Amino acid sequence: MANITTGLSDGPRGPKPKKAFSRANIILYGTLIMVSMYYLLPLYVMIMTSLKGMPEIRMGNVFGPPMEITFEPWVKAWSEACTGINCDGLSRGFGNSVRILIPSVLLSISIASVNGYALSNWKFKGSEVFFTILIIGAFIPYQTMLYPIVILLRELGLMGSIGGLVLVHTIFGMPILTLLFRNYFASIPQELFSAARVDGAGFWQIYFQIMLPMALPIFVVAIILQVTGIWNDFLFGVIYTKPATYPMTVQLNNIVNSVQGIKEYNVNMAATLLTGLVPLIIYFASGKLFVRGIAAGAVKG
Amino acid sequence: MTVISDPHVQPTKRPRRLFKNLMAKLASIPMILTALVVFVGGTAWTVVYSFTGSRMLPKTNWVGLDQYERLWNSDRWIISITNLGIYGSCSLVLTLVIGFSLAACLDRKIRFESAFRSIFLYPFALSFVVTGLAWQWILNPDFGVQSIVRGWGWESFVFNPLHDANTVIYGLLIAGLWQGTGLIMCIMLAGLRGIDEDIWKATRVDGIGTIKTYIVVIIPMMRPVFITSLVLIASGIIKLYDLVVAQTGGGPGLASEVPAKYVIEYMFRAQNLGQGFAASTMMLCSVVVILIPWAYLEFGGRKRG
Repeated sequence: MANITTGLSDGPRGPKPKKAFSRANIILYGTLIMVSMYYLLPLYVMIMTSLKGMPEIRMGNVFGPPMEITFEPWVKAWSEACTGINCDGLSRGFGNSVRILIPSVLLSISIASVNGYALSNWKFKGSEVFFTILIIGAFIPYQTMLYPIVILLRELGLMGSIGGLVLVHTIFGMPILTLLFRNYFASIPQELFSAARVDGAGFWQIYFQIMLPMALPIFVVAIILQVTGIWNDFLFGVIYTKPATYPMTVQLNNIVNSVQGIKEYNVNMAATLLTGLVPLIIYFASGKLFVRGIAAGAVKG
Repeated sequence: MTVISDPHVQPTKRPRRLFKNLMAKLASIPMILTALVVFVGGTAWTVVYSFTGSRMLPKTNWVGLDQYERLWNSDRWIISITNLGIYGSCSLVLTLVIGFSLAACLDRKIRFESAFRSIFLYPFALSFVVTGLAWQWILNPDFGVQSIVRGWGWESFVFNPLHDANTVIYGLLIAGLWQGTGLIMCIMLAGLRGIDEDIWKATRVDGIGTIKTYIVVIIPMMRPVFITSLVLIASGIIKLYDLVVAQTGGGPGLASEVPAKYVIEYMFRAQNLGQGFAASTMMLCSVVVILIPWAYLEFGGRKRG
């Protein structure tokens, strides 16, 4: 097939050079391009719909480009779309999501990185047991823990508040982040740690002066993982917050799936795109690191 | 993992053991609390309270297996389970097949590999809500695919999965696959890259065809990768909730209900906590059923090897 890697030094004895337009190649690229179209279609349709006026949408053809480009749906989605009685658009949800996102990311990553560091360099009796429970916990369906957390948050007086949701995200981000940091710190040469101990450095000193600066790449991976994960969360948002503190995904769902009024598809699509924009930007800006993040998230143990 | 031996702090006197590594223990308190209170405690609490008749508030009026009996007699739960079964088996098979095929295509040393990879993976960055709403719009019978094909002249064309109780689950599947296959492709690709180039040379010398090599040699070699993917897909399927809420809202009627939605409806809307607890305990059981064989394969196998 399209394998053209045999070295240049093979000379005339090597296999015949493959033509660029061999049948196999056409099938291969044809398949890939067809599949790419399936993957790109929703994004394309969303963008096109969000730039059309309602009269044009009623004429049909969601796949066609707009005859007249209008940004009105975007403005409306951002600042006027209604959820229930509130008509201040997605901007409220965006603000909430940002206010949830920043403390959640900071808190979960700082806790998990210290955990991972303690687990790989300062083992104590039982530390592996707790870690194993934590990892198994990552597989338990969230539904099993939803109500006990409601009780917990009520006891702490955090139910319905942004602080409560931050706590929930910190808890459920912990297994995967701890794993990520533990594995990374375990890969740092042990001599470095021992040398610092000989010099009399303590737990926090070693963490801040040696481990933290060395772990910057993994911090970036963790940030990407958490930002996309928390931004995209719907379940916790819908359960642990109230309408005034709904994150963007919940508000988006309420805007689009509300039964009252006429459906404004262009506004809906603009709102959907706005919500998807943050993770998309992170995805395209981070490139390979995103892949590393999800691979780290995916390959457990 | 080996325990790090620290030459300076020797485990000498008994009373000091608790205070050895004190900082590390203090720093691990959040982890210990999460593991014990939330994960173990929370799960146990839910399981215990699933044997009570709790309605609006959790109460300890024990009713034995009543909640489970009611659960399995509920049409809605049976529909949810059936839907999850159909969605789950289709999604599992198709995600593995598509993910592996795409990874194999990308591994053929093609041009623009990273561009293709970005395209296949970007949906994974989006939330299920965004995915569900986008596909809800594309599958809209009056404007989406159906109306386009009709516009081409095929007047009787019917493709309206979201409003047909029999096919709504496949409408969800289209969206679910769109969102999730990229991740599996990425994992498979990493697995393929881990395979020694010499294997390919050897099979070429033996005259085994490319496709046959994949099926006979490569896939068996990638067993751990497949198992990881399987666990990932399966745990994702059981959590399926956001997509349904956004794309169909469980409708038409109850046709696209799923267990995760059942739990949340009963716990937070219908104020029938006991039912919700029983249903979530059933979800937990299904995860245990998946996890135990996996843990056995993964860790039991490692010890033998």
